[in-house]
Amino acid sequence: MEVFLQQLVNGVSLGSIYALVALGYTMVYGIIKLINFAHCDIYMIGAYIGYYCMTYFGLSFFPSLLVAMTGCMVLGVLIEKIAYKPLRNAARISLLITAIGMSLFLEYGTMFLVSAKVRTYPAMTGFMAKTFHIGNVLVTMQQIVILATTIALMIALQYIVKYTRAGKAMRAVSLDKDAAQLMGIDVNTTISITFAIGSALAGAAGVLVGVYYNTINPLMGVTPGLKAFVAAVFGGIGLIPGAMVGGYFIGIVEVLVSGYGNSMYRDAVVFAILILILILKPAGLLGKNVGEKV
Amino acid sequence: MPILNVENLTKTFGGLTAVSGVNLTLESGELVGLIGPNGAGKTTVFNLLTGVYHPTRGSVTLDRGHGAVSLVGKKPYNICKEGVARTFQNIRLFRSLTVLDNVRIAMHQNVRYGIAGGLFHMGSYKKEEQALLEKAQSLLSMLGLAEKSDELAANLSYGEQRHLEIARALATDPALLLLDEPAAGMNPAETAQLTSFIAQIRRDFGLTILLIEHDMSLVMTICERIYVLDYGTVIAAGTPGEIKTDKRVIEAYLGEDMGNA
Amino acid sequence: MKKRKNLPLIITLAVTYVAVWALQATGIVNDYSFAVIVTIGINIILATSLNLVTGFTGQFSLGHAGFMSIGAYTCALITQKNPTIPGFLLGVAAGATAAALVGVLVGLPTLRLRGDYLAIATLGMAEIIRVVFLNLEITNGAAGLSFLPQFVNWNWLFLFTAGTLVLLRNFLNSSPGRACISVREDEIAAESMGVNTTKYKVTAFSMGAFFAGVAGALYTSYFFFIKPDLFNFNKSIDILVIVVLGGMGSLSGSVIAAVLLQLISTWLAAFPEVRMVLYAAMLVAIMLFRPQGLLGSTEVSAVISRRLSKIGRRAKEEEV
Repeated sequence: MEVFLQQLVNGVSLGSIYALVALGYTMVYGIIKLINFAHCDIYMIGAYIGYYCMTYFGLSFFPSLLVAMTGCMVLGVLIEKIAYKPLRNAARISLLITAIGMSLFLEYGTMFLVSAKVRTYPAMTGFMAKTFHIGNVLVTMQQIVILATTIALMIALQYIVKYTRAGKAMRAVSLDKDAAQLMGIDVNTTISITFAIGSALAGAAGVLVGVYYNTINPLMGVTPGLKAFVAAVFGGIGLIPGAMVGGYFIGIVEVLVSGYGNSMYRDAVVFAILILILILKPAGLLGKNVGEKV
Repeated sequence: MPILNVENLTKTFGGLTAVSGVNLTLESGELVGLIGPNGAGKTTVFNLLTGVYHPTRGSVTLDRGHGAVSLVGKKPYNICKEGVARTFQNIRLFRSLTVLDNVRIAMHQNVRYGIAGGLFHMGSYKKEEQALLEKAQSLLSMLGLAEKSDELAANLSYGEQRHLEIARALATDPALLLLDEPAAGMNPAETAQLTSFIAQIRRDFGLTILLIEHDMSLVMTICERIYVLDYGTVIAAGTPGEIKTDKRVIEAYLGEDMGNA
Repeated sequence: MKKRKNLPLIITLAVTYVAVWALQATGIVNDYSFAVIVTIGINIILATSLNLVTGFTGQFSLGHAGFMSIGAYTCALITQKNPTIPGFLLGVAAGATAAALVGVLVGLPTLRLRGDYLAIATLGMAEIIRVVFLNLEITNGAAGLSFLPQFVNWNWLFLFTAGTLVLLRNFLNSSPGRACISVREDEIAAESMGVNTTKYKVTAFSMGAFFAGVAGALYTSYFFFIKPDLFNFNKSIDILVIVVLGGMGSLSGSVIAAVLLQLISTWLAAFPEVRMVLYAAMLVAIMLFRPQGLLGSTEVSAVISRRLSKIGRRAKEEEV
């Protein structure tokens, strides 16, 4: 039981990171129907920004988190403007290939600039280094910070999407772009805002993962990106609550499979669950199936 | 002898009943109209007859003279094999393919060589492809599209696209043809031409035709019998003369233009 | 009529065969450049077979590398035991068949999904295949299999590459091939015109898997070293890039893009530190300027005959 609880705690931490990244995938997919392959690299760049804030500029955790989120926000909007916006009316597969190109560009551009070597986040001191024992279950302050940050960001996101003008515009555009435009919504700005928010969340996830796992490298985004995307699909792509549920589910399953089974098979289990969900309920756990009108 | 017999056909989507207890009978060789206000459930009936939707209740049986076959639960391609072909209200051609290929694809089910024949161009490939080409070309020239056979379907004019939809349906070798608003978007002259065209293909191909149409001049000219659908139920059935004077029909259409009827 | 239609293809293939043979015989093509040619051949098989699935049948697959790996490992395990030419041919046949069988097994349940959902399911399938190879004892896990017998020379490469091209072209010019294309155009209309869309989706999918298996077997039998990571998600993406760059629904486009990308990649190898950055930037640029790919959905022969008829018409007009 204690082992199980310990795994659960670890799973929630990993799941928080997947959920944050999954949100970006799902928001962008919801609004322009693009699997934004470059998203996982924004997460990687967030980790690097956090790393340089902490090492070169000696900033502490929270300021670094804010700088990384801002940096990624700008980057995300730039990528959309340069690479995706010109293709808004092109075939979706061309857009997808562009996203793949952008992803490779960010990965190898980073590698070119800072080299491929693995960097280590500075060890957390003071407040951030505290640990707690609840029975025999170890909970670190880092895990608490990860969960708290994630929950705070999710509440903020829910508030933005539900109650602000920009959020309402986002929902309107994702339902029907043309109708939204006719209603006087600035579609381009709304898409930019979506990229900004999604990228900021990925940036935050990057810093959190750096603090939690310590090591970062230019290709660190690829595998977690894939899994975060799986999480988004699992919950129902385009649905914000779906990405949260999916992120935590995938994180916990992954940790449990490594803990109790064979860690080599953990990715296979994640993808097997994905395929099963797709076959049984193609629109995802929280999604509705919609047929085509004839 | 009825070729198509529909009894108590019902379809519900969630809580909404789109089609409710519809009975239809088509005698072999008849040309029957299915009319009704927008949203009456006409296209849903077509989708139920062709297997795009599965009925919630009711039976659909086809009898081409060698025994009745139930169409309920069959997939669209199997229903097509049984001899029911259709056109679509919102033209659904294979847009980036040529006119010829649109027709050849519809002839697909009568091709006997299989995947191996296709890969190696062996066996009956050459003979069958040649026959297919000739048959497709003769069909296209009958329908006045021979000149356009290498044109992409998307590049045809609107009227030609409607003709190609009919040509493609005929290429499946049907006994029963379902036409969904064939005159939609046509001007009176084009509609008049289409009216004689439909009469002609019925004669030449020995077809039974069920057609949905809003244009009353077309319906009243060529249909031998008419069913009127409103809110998913048949509210009247009879000859054009009977329908024109039916009280319930006039009520259902109240405010709508009965055209030149 | 029919004969003349095949002539340009036959001439192109014959010229290619003789040219490479001559270059190799005179030593202009050395071992290093021959490796590039082998890669191009394998990529042509991969890209045209994925084009059948994605470009012609309209089923978006992100798992082509998974099928390639099945062909590669099956062939490797057979030629390890039986390092002879018959063993190699058996390996290719068995690898391709195994890939096609997995294609049917995976395709039957997943091909009901549309668009991006299918893409994700195929991606997941390929990852599962990779993890299985990573964990099996017989495939030697992450280290992979090495010192495998090498069989592929120009004759074998040409035979399999040209064979794939001719077979795919034949298929697309047949009734089952047209049925596949109709699925891409409009699934509901195709189904209503008597096309069993599920059957043709699975057919195209497993046929694509079959040829991907051939490509994998050729890879094994030339580069004599395979490991699961060679067949990861990035490999599937590489193949998709060739297909989209060449043009979805254009076999000759895939061939041209496979050659072009490999040449660019080889040329960029001289600048190892910026190679991938430039490659990525180019990819984005090409998509921004030519989103439909180099050839769109037409074939080279169609483009040339259109040009020729235009020149002919102009000449006639000038005469008048």
